[in-house]
Amino acid sequence: MFITLNGEPHELDGPLSIADLLTKLSLDPRRVAVEHNYAIIRRHLFADVTVHDGDRIEIVNFVGGGSTPGYRS
Amino acid sequence: MNDTALVIAGRRFTSRLIVGTGKYPSHAVMAQAHAASGTEMVTVAVRRVNITDRSRESLLDYIDTKTIFILPNTAGCYTADDAIRTAHLAREAGLSNWVKLEVIGDERTLFPDSEALLEATRVLVRDGFVVLPYTNDDPIVCRKLEEAGAAAVMPLGAPIGSGLGIQNPNNIRIIREFIRVPLIVDAGVGTASDAAVAMELGADGVLMNTAIAGAREPAVMAEAMKHAVIAGRMAYLAGRIPQKMYATASSPVDGVVTR
Repeated sequence: MFITLNGEPHELDGPLSIADLLTKLSLDPRRVAVEHNYAIIRRHLFADVTVHDGDRIEIVNFVGGGSTPGYRS
Repeated sequence: MNDTALVIAGRRFTSRLIVGTGKYPSHAVMAQAHAASGTEMVTVAVRRVNITDRSRESLLDYIDTKTIFILPNTAGCYTADDAIRTAHLAREAGLSNWVKLEVIGDERTLFPDSEALLEATRVLVRDGFVVLPYTNDDPIVCRKLEEAGAAAVMPLGAPIGSGLGIQNPNNIRIIREFIRVPLIVDAGVGTASDAAVAMELGADGVLMNTAIAGAREPAVMAEAMKHAVIAGRMAYLAGRIPQKMYATASSPVDGVVTR
């Protein structure tokens, strides 16, 4: 199945929890925030929310910046 | 010298210098600069995780969160909706409900969009955020931001990254009179004297990134900024002499040895 991960198509074997997706991507769940179909998922629910075919996932973290020009969304 | 701490939304800061985390040659240089600056608050941006390149080290590994409070920002947002969404993500990823709110209105100047900034401030205050908006140096907008519930207002001294120094000192002085919440001059500082000027005008703090990160020796400039902010603050509290066009002798006029 395919999901849209941070704006790009991403192939997965099948439905899985957000917690499992983060593990698959080697991401520390304490360091990121996750949007599932435009809704923010609280960290304690990462194991309970399932990602399905066609879903949109955004994973963000903190990067260096002050008042730096960013990307135009 | 007796000075009160900088208090924003009930949180006390001894250092009045807030520093960015972008544009440093390396995370290690950034950490050295932060230590040299004596800062107790740094601002960080929120971005999509790079899925394909996981090799880069985490920024947070280089910030001493025992002594430094992290202030997420919404840099790069051009609409109120994007800024609000980014603030919520930052709260979820981070350690607090504080946000340095940026809603940019123009790519070349990076000037804030005052209308969208006010709208986003109102929404985020309602959503329980401590909002520190980056704003134009417009006293009326600053007053409205305070009325909207901003915990501090952060007028620019000059365009972001320009290093031009405080372009409209009179407005900063007027803003200080207009508002009760802390005034942080955010952006435009190029060198230490600019930071001192901001503080002499009555700013409660200064936020900068490029002036330190872009200096040839970031850690040395960071230390210079630390002293400049302290010097400017002390000069403000001490009360400067009035400016006059002509000389006033500082030695007694009487008893001068003459023929």
